[in-house]
Amino acid sequence: MTPIIKFEGVTKRFGQTVVLNNFDFIVAQGEKVVLIGPSGSGKSTLLRVLMTLERIDSGMVMVDGEALWFVRKGVDVEPVTESHLRHMRAKVGMVFQQFNLFPHMTALQNVASGPRYVMKKSKAEAEALAESLLRKVGLGDKLASYPARLSGGQQQRVAIARALALEPKVMLFDEVTSALDPELVGEVLDVMRALSSERALTMLIVTHQMGVARALADRVCFFEKGMMVEEGPPEQVIDDPVNPRTQSFLRAVKLT
Amino acid sequence: MQVVWDYRMLLLQGVWITIQVTVTATMLAIVLSLLAGLARQSNVWLLRTPATVYVELFRGTSLLAQLFWMFFVLPAFGVSMTPLLCGVLAIGLCNGAYGSEIVRGALRSVAREQREAAIALNFNRFQAFRIVVLPQAARIMTPLFGNLAIEVMKASSLVSLITLPDLTFQARNINLVHVVTAPVLIVVLLIYFAIALVISGGTRGVEHALAKGRDRLAA
Repeated sequence: MTPIIKFEGVTKRFGQTVVLNNFDFIVAQGEKVVLIGPSGSGKSTLLRVLMTLERIDSGMVMVDGEALWFVRKGVDVEPVTESHLRHMRAKVGMVFQQFNLFPHMTALQNVASGPRYVMKKSKAEAEALAESLLRKVGLGDKLASYPARLSGGQQQRVAIARALALEPKVMLFDEVTSALDPELVGEVLDVMRALSSERALTMLIVTHQMGVARALADRVCFFEKGMMVEEGPPEQVIDDPVNPRTQSFLRAVKLT
Repeated sequence: MQVVWDYRMLLLQGVWITIQVTVTATMLAIVLSLLAGLARQSNVWLLRTPATVYVELFRGTSLLAQLFWMFFVLPAFGVSMTPLLCGVLAIGLCNGAYGSEIVRGALRSVAREQREAAIALNFNRFQAFRIVVLPQAARIMTPLFGNLAIEVMKASSLVSLITLPDLTFQARNINLVHVVTAPVLIVVLLIYFAIALVISGGTRGVEHALAKGRDRLAA
């Protein structure tokens, strides 16, 4: 098993609050990991660190064999440069809870923007790629629609296509079905399920919905207060948790 | 009303000058707004500090005093400009200082999530600004710049005090000769109002064009 993501003794604070506490974590290439836990437990922060949206205070994060935030130089640890961050960002894609599509671009333009501006493909090439991705997520008939004209589920599928367009090795999903009406969760979940059959793609999924966890996870990790409290296959962690804190969290979630 | 008709050519010349001052000073103000607004957001103090000084200085002093300074005082230091240039510069500089706040506010109003999406797509900083932030900020800026243009138009009447024969200047001259205040000044007000209507109409047109995808049905 080749680790594609490795956290070593990572600590992240927001003011006095410790969101990741001397945290260790390893994800194998192609693994689909679902992170669950109460809000503020550090699971979203974990994704945001990987997307370089948050800096860490100490420790090491490795993605695909390279350090993300700090590099060891001999005995010293140095913060990395912007150009290294951009190199690392190319390995990772992220889908957000609120979709975060660009409102002034059509679905096609949203998806084509990465290939066009970042991968420097020609406009025609970028749009052809975007079109095929939008077809793949079932939106072949919405190419020219602006986000405001799409349902939440459709917007989220555009967002997934947009992130995939850059061919990341790791895809991060930050509560991507939480902002959706219940009847729209299924269509996004279907896209994610189809994606999870791609063996090489590593997926990290933060969710509050156990159905999502069950459908996608190779491994479920339960977080609390910046620590991983329990981990294992979904049937074990969700249906038969060992840790009392996992048990009480799952009881509360299942009631809703 | 006979007087107005008799002096129609003079008034039209005045209108032409008012329009010239308004258009050029508005363009100058918008360019300065963008430059100063961006510079004030910058992390580089060498950009930020001069921009802040400019904005505070020109926003915090009277436009008329600035105008008199340029026209009456600067020549003593060997800098003399035509009344038109003085008028455009003073009005443009002063309104550019106000406008920089429009730009700053509009840039800030673009949601943080949009910048995060740009980072997640691996755009560099310039791309994030040009492709994601600026188009969204422009939509917020447009009506406010329309307001600014109307402010500039109204301020343009001050150039009559530095010998520039704009609409207000001509009206006062006609008034001095004929002492028929009401009809002339009514016509002058109506002309200013008409120019303002044209500006707000144009602004709405630009706004509409930028609003694609948000309010209009997508194609």
